[in-house]
Amino acid sequence: MELVEAIILAVLAASTPLLIAATGELVTERAGVLNLGVEGMMIVGAACGFAGAWLTGSIFIGALFGIVAGTAMSLIFALMALGLAVNQVATGLALTILGIGLSGLIGAGFVGERIKPAVDLYIPGLTDIPLVGRVLFGENAFVYCSIALIIGVWWFLYRTRAGLILRACGDNHVSAHALGYPVLRIRTFAVMFGGACAGLAGAYLPLAYTPFFIPGMTAGRGWIALALVVFSSWRPGRLVVGAYLFGAVTILQLHAQGWGVGIPSQFMSALPYLATVIVLVLLSRARTGGSTAPAALGTVFVPDR
Amino acid sequence: MQLVLEKRTERSNTIALVSPLIAIALTIVTMLILFAILGKNPLLALHAYFIAPLTDGYSLQEIAVKATPLVMIAIGLSLCYLANAWNIGAEGQFLIGAVAGGWIAVKTQGTDAGAWVLPAMLVLAAAAGALYALIPAICKVKFGASEILTSLMLVYVAELFLDYLVRGPWRDPHGFNFPTTAEFDPVATVPLLIEGGRLHLGSIIALLVVAATAILLGRTIKGFEIRVVGAAPRAARFGGFNANQLIILTFAVSGALAGLAGMIEVAGPIGHLQPGISPGYGFTAIIVAFLGRLNPIGILIAGLFLALTFIGGEQAQITMKIPLDVTKVFQGILLFYVLACDSLILYRFKLVFPNRQVARGTG
Repeated sequence: MELVEAIILAVLAASTPLLIAATGELVTERAGVLNLGVEGMMIVGAACGFAGAWLTGSIFIGALFGIVAGTAMSLIFALMALGLAVNQVATGLALTILGIGLSGLIGAGFVGERIKPAVDLYIPGLTDIPLVGRVLFGENAFVYCSIALIIGVWWFLYRTRAGLILRACGDNHVSAHALGYPVLRIRTFAVMFGGACAGLAGAYLPLAYTPFFIPGMTAGRGWIALALVVFSSWRPGRLVVGAYLFGAVTILQLHAQGWGVGIPSQFMSALPYLATVIVLVLLSRARTGGSTAPAALGTVFVPDR
Repeated sequence: MQLVLEKRTERSNTIALVSPLIAIALTIVTMLILFAILGKNPLLALHAYFIAPLTDGYSLQEIAVKATPLVMIAIGLSLCYLANAWNIGAEGQFLIGAVAGGWIAVKTQGTDAGAWVLPAMLVLAAAAGALYALIPAICKVKFGASEILTSLMLVYVAELFLDYLVRGPWRDPHGFNFPTTAEFDPVATVPLLIEGGRLHLGSIIALLVVAATAILLGRTIKGFEIRVVGAAPRAARFGGFNANQLIILTFAVSGALAGLAGMIEVAGPIGHLQPGISPGYGFTAIIVAFLGRLNPIGILIAGLFLALTFIGGEQAQITMKIPLDVTKVFQGILLFYVLACDSLILYRFKLVFPNRQVARGTG
């Protein structure tokens, strides 16, 4: 039983950054904007988050640093892709290249430093419940935050008027504009939310997952988050399933390496990336009846005046 | 008062010509500020980056050597981007090409294999790069899977595969446990152009690729199809052009060129397989392609310019202790400015006064 508990805890820990980053990107894409810079925003969030925590000694302030950094990066994207109507694919790539460079620059002084990682929750009584106590009531704040975030996003998108307007911008920006909604402003907020989430997801890595910062520590998680949004068919519920499935694949390969299965470790490490490709193919194939993507995803909008 | 974009009735040819120059100028201004923030003398840093490498023969050769893979990869990518197919996994195709060709070099090591080795390596590298690029292309055409994500995922797979080979079966038994193959034999090495210099045959191959692509795009039907499919997909459909076929073709060509570039880099300046044979050429080439306006001659110039930043970055690190990551920041900022300036070819800024909007009842 302890092994099962350990595996569930490990899967949750590996899935949380994917879930947070993908939740942000889901909102961005539902508003019709394809921001491929998630990896770049995440890695800057990781560097700034670690810097913040190391300088102040507070995980909370570190996470705030990460969020602010991610949001700042996303504003560059918004300025380019929304303000200047630049191709969103190219802008997103530029954001990732810039982010990797910036994070190296910011994080250079912190490589080799360690911090006290985020503590796990402990509620006397509840956390001690056998089987479920540790899993349900013994996580760190990031895990609860990620779950609150995705529930909040679901509620916002499907149960509020603002969410409906945001989805309208993503499906038909011309109509939304004709109805008098400020499409570009709404999209800017969606992009900023995506950036904040990516920054928080990045900050999670050095603050809770490993207590130190290394350059390139996001290792493609931003890209996997992007694939997860496709996997989820742009729906919050499926996003949770997808994120935990991918977390499970990551943990599976780590454990398989530990058990000394006769497969070279590099092949096991390639598993999450290969799984992403296979899942994308299978899903896209199953969806031949019609795309579930927001109709205006990735298209440039310059309001007619 | 508000600044808004307005579509131009015609694309501005003047801005199309000067926009890369404006972008470079803006980037340099931004870099001066960044150097000042880092506490370095901005003008000295600028000199180390852009002037010092141009003043000695060794660095000049080194710029050509670095520009060779950048130009070759970027030429392939430009074909993809012109056809609106987003191959961003050139880094992986570069590595797989190097691995496939390197296989011949490793297997013939120490044998009396003749002059066929290097040509065979180059051909196999190009074929392997093309096949590796065809995976995302076929996933896109057959199943509709986003080629952006699949091609990028395969970069990580290629990195891990190379890592496995040089730490496992191909590791040099006399290499003191370093993760590297033995040095390639002379027949498996790209010949130098100048005895004792750095410049090698690969640079000539890159120039040939530039010339061939210029002819392909400017003078052939295929080139015309590629440009039309990207620029006007509807018109291309009416014209009976097969967009899917062009995605396959452009991906295969760009994969082949990336694979070839990888082989030339490994069989040339590096001389053996090891992890980290590419300092991100596959990604920098994306910048080269856009900075060169997806035009072969433009890409040649842009490739030389970005190679200059690599060399300048190394020199600035040695002489002024400026971190190497500044080069990546520089490249990212440059791409932003290039894209922003390109936007002004199609749009122009206009001042809008809010009271006019209120009068129309939309304010």
